Amino acid sequence: MFIVASAGILAAMTIVLIRALLGPTVYDRVMALNIFGTKTVLLIAVLGFLAGRPEFLDLALVYALINFIGTIAVLKFFEFGDLGLTRRVERELES
Amino acid sequence: MTVALEALSWIAVVTGLFFMLVGTIGILRMPDIYTRLHAAGMTDTMGAGFLLLGMSVQTVIGMMQGETSWWTVLVRLVLIYAFLLFTSPIAGHAVARAGLAGGIEPWSNERGGTE
Repeated sequence: MFIVASAGILAAMTIVLIRALLGPTVYDRVMALNIFGTKTVLLIAVLGFLAGRPEFLDLALVYALINFIGTIAVLKFFEFGDLGLTRRVERELES
Repeated sequence: MTVALEALSWIAVVTGLFFMLVGTIGILRMPDIYTRLHAAGMTDTMGAGFLLLGMSVQTVIGMMQGETSWWTVLVRLVLIYAFLLFTSPIAGHAVARAGLAGGIEPWSNERGGTE
């Protein structure tokens, strides 16, 4: 059963990677990588069960959190052109 | 009892894979970023949810067969689903907001209609 699940997840990851390569905008790529990260979490979990060592789930848990933080950081960078530092400096200069 | 649980976990895993593949095909086929986000959200809630449900049922089967320490595995699966439940909508919202701020026009009939 877990072999079927991992094969399906790998197929889904391939399709998502195609979207990440095609683009066309940078937001498509970021979204595709976010979904790819979620699929990686599931793949790690399934591979843990496949190997009979469900302790792998710790890795999946950490990967889920890192993936989310990374997506938000990259998106903030693309939205404002920086991570917020220059806007704070501007606000302090105004006040 | 074990056979019923095995069948339940098979059904859950296959349902999760179905939703996941449909969602990824949607990501590939949809016309612009906002519609793609709609398909992407489905893979996170339904696909990942059903896959984790299937794995939880497998863990319960393992516990019934004597792996008494596997209740921690169950806790981790629930934690992963809880994190996904929080982070997936936030990430989708952030992508849509960054796209709007970046000047991406939503797809409509007037603009680039028949794709």
